[in-house]
Amino acid sequence: MLNVYFTAGHPHRDDTVEIIRALDQAGVDLIEVGIPYSDPLADGPTIQQSSQVALQNGMTLALLFEQIAEARRFSDTPLILMGYFNQVMQYGEESFIKTCQEVGVDGLILPDLPLYEYERSYKQLFEKYDMGISFLLTPQTDEQRIHEIDELSRGFIYMVSDASITGAKQGISDRQLAYFERIAAMQLRNPRLIGFGISNSDTFQTACQYANGAIIGSAFIQALGLHGIEVAGATRDFVRQIRA
Amino acid sequence: MMHNTTTPSQQATIAVDELGYYGEFGGAYIPEMLYPNVETLRRQYLGLIKESSFQDEFRRLLRDYVGRPSPLYFASRLSAFFGAQIYLKREDLNHTGAHKINNTIGQILLARRLGKTRIIAETGAGQHGVATATVCALMGLQCIVFMGAVDMERQAPNVARMKMLGAEVRPALSGSQTLKDATNEAIRDWINNPEDTHYIIGSVVGPHPYPDMVARFQSVISEEMKSQLQEQTDRHYPDAIVACVGGGSNAAGAYYHYLNDRRVRLIAVEAAGHGVHSGESAATSVLGSRGIIHGSRTLLMQTPDGQIVEPYSISAGLDYPGIGPLHAHLISTGRAEAVSITDEEALKAGFFLAQNEGIIPALETAHALAALDRLGFSADDVVVVCLSGRGDKDLDTYIGMTNCE
Repeated sequence: MLNVYFTAGHPHRDDTVEIIRALDQAGVDLIEVGIPYSDPLADGPTIQQSSQVALQNGMTLALLFEQIAEARRFSDTPLILMGYFNQVMQYGEESFIKTCQEVGVDGLILPDLPLYEYERSYKQLFEKYDMGISFLLTPQTDEQRIHEIDELSRGFIYMVSDASITGAKQGISDRQLAYFERIAAMQLRNPRLIGFGISNSDTFQTACQYANGAIIGSAFIQALGLHGIEVAGATRDFVRQIRA
Repeated sequence: MMHNTTTPSQQATIAVDELGYYGEFGGAYIPEMLYPNVETLRRQYLGLIKESSFQDEFRRLLRDYVGRPSPLYFASRLSAFFGAQIYLKREDLNHTGAHKINNTIGQILLARRLGKTRIIAETGAGQHGVATATVCALMGLQCIVFMGAVDMERQAPNVARMKMLGAEVRPALSGSQTLKDATNEAIRDWINNPEDTHYIIGSVVGPHPYPDMVARFQSVISEEMKSQLQEQTDRHYPDAIVACVGGGSNAAGAYYHYLNDRRVRLIAVEAAGHGVHSGESAATSVLGSRGIIHGSRTLLMQTPDGQIVEPYSISAGLDYPGIGPLHAHLISTGRAEAVSITDEEALKAGFFLAQNEGIIPALETAHALAALDRLGFSADDVVVVCLSGRGDKDLDTYIGMTNCE
């Protein structure tokens, strides 16, 4: 499974729909749209900069929901939103999840929403609107917690490939492979997608051997960020290279 | 003469709960990558702090290295001018020149017990950065301090001090290039270095257990106030405590042992920059709303979409768009009163203290002093101002003001 991430409203405010169209046509399995945020703590410089550009472009949550509703007229590729919990709080937790369902969002990734807060305050809302949620696990996550993450995730589990923030790194180490194998052997009920550091066809194929697929973000944003690029063509070329 | 050995308290006790909440504020809204470190701290901090070997070492360093207890000084000229009995808790006389070192001593002892070898910190005015660099030098640990590029310029003397102490100072170049952005970069560094690194947060902000842990280390301020007031005024509590609040660590320490003593007014002084509603301000309790910043549910300045607003204050230590969850709780429940002071009012108060008491305060502290004529004290009210830091680092700003006049 190939999940491609991009930041909504970057490089131009109205590129969101075109990028979804191009990813859909290129046949990716999952589209992950980042809600631009002023203080994206879990993201590296590439995604942070794309967020700043998107905000300068005038990107808002209301606009993003309109863009997604429009994209849903032609694309039925599963689509998930990634954002920070403060954005959900300000929109109103229930309104946010309800609107996601109405415009056709399949699931959410909220890296700073802790498991126990989700379980005690928000799980019922997600179930009420049949909204998926993916929690992260890292090489440092202990076994009991991995089972809790598997229990609470609905859709897939986001496996952080290494102790790091997002951003393309070089290659995959033996230590990471041992971690991938350890998790694969646990036979979790959710599919596992590996993210952070997946940037090209080599790392993508390795990730697919050890998990159900991978998430690519920073490398795609860099490809889109080239000056004067035509986003549809750039998206097609990027996905072709990854799948090569 | 009054003797009050018990604390009257009909209301709920103010204290952090097991999940790190003060009422509705607090918690630990952190990405999973930080979970093991924060969880280890959460499970261990109380136990480690209570160990007698920890307490012995902590108390000894505060006494012999920091120079505690810090004096409680009766400011007679200030008292005559403002018409109240004004005492200054002299945190400016601590080693490194501010209250910040109380916390860094505590956290470096914790970091060593947790087996960490690399220390990171964020800093605004540079006082916390200097205090962190100092304890790292003392313990022989590697030290990296993140500081907004704008702050590096306006607090250049502290940058030089950190470097001389052997720390590496890394500029934060995102956002408004101030304290918020330095904190973001420090958190990112911790995500990337989860095994060998301890993050010494400098204020009562961040995910649980930081706000409570930092407040406990700073609580030595009010612990000393109790016996000093008893000795000097025959009463262990004041009528009011005035402290500046950026994140709020000196205020938390000065309030700590009086939180549940409702006889004591708690005054939190925030930076209004060019004016609360000027668009260039850091008066979080007025301009802020409920949300999440740096892992904590609290009050912060944000847009309706939840984007964090870039604050402004002449004082780098108060130039922060949030406040600690304890302060959000105290202010929203009415336990503490918030006052906003502009750049200009703070500068004037700084000069006033210099020329009437011979003490040059930090710009942060000058905000607390400027609040004195707003509070309507009566002549026999005992008021403690937490003199959180000295103004050497701010001389360029003060001198700039003299030149303008």
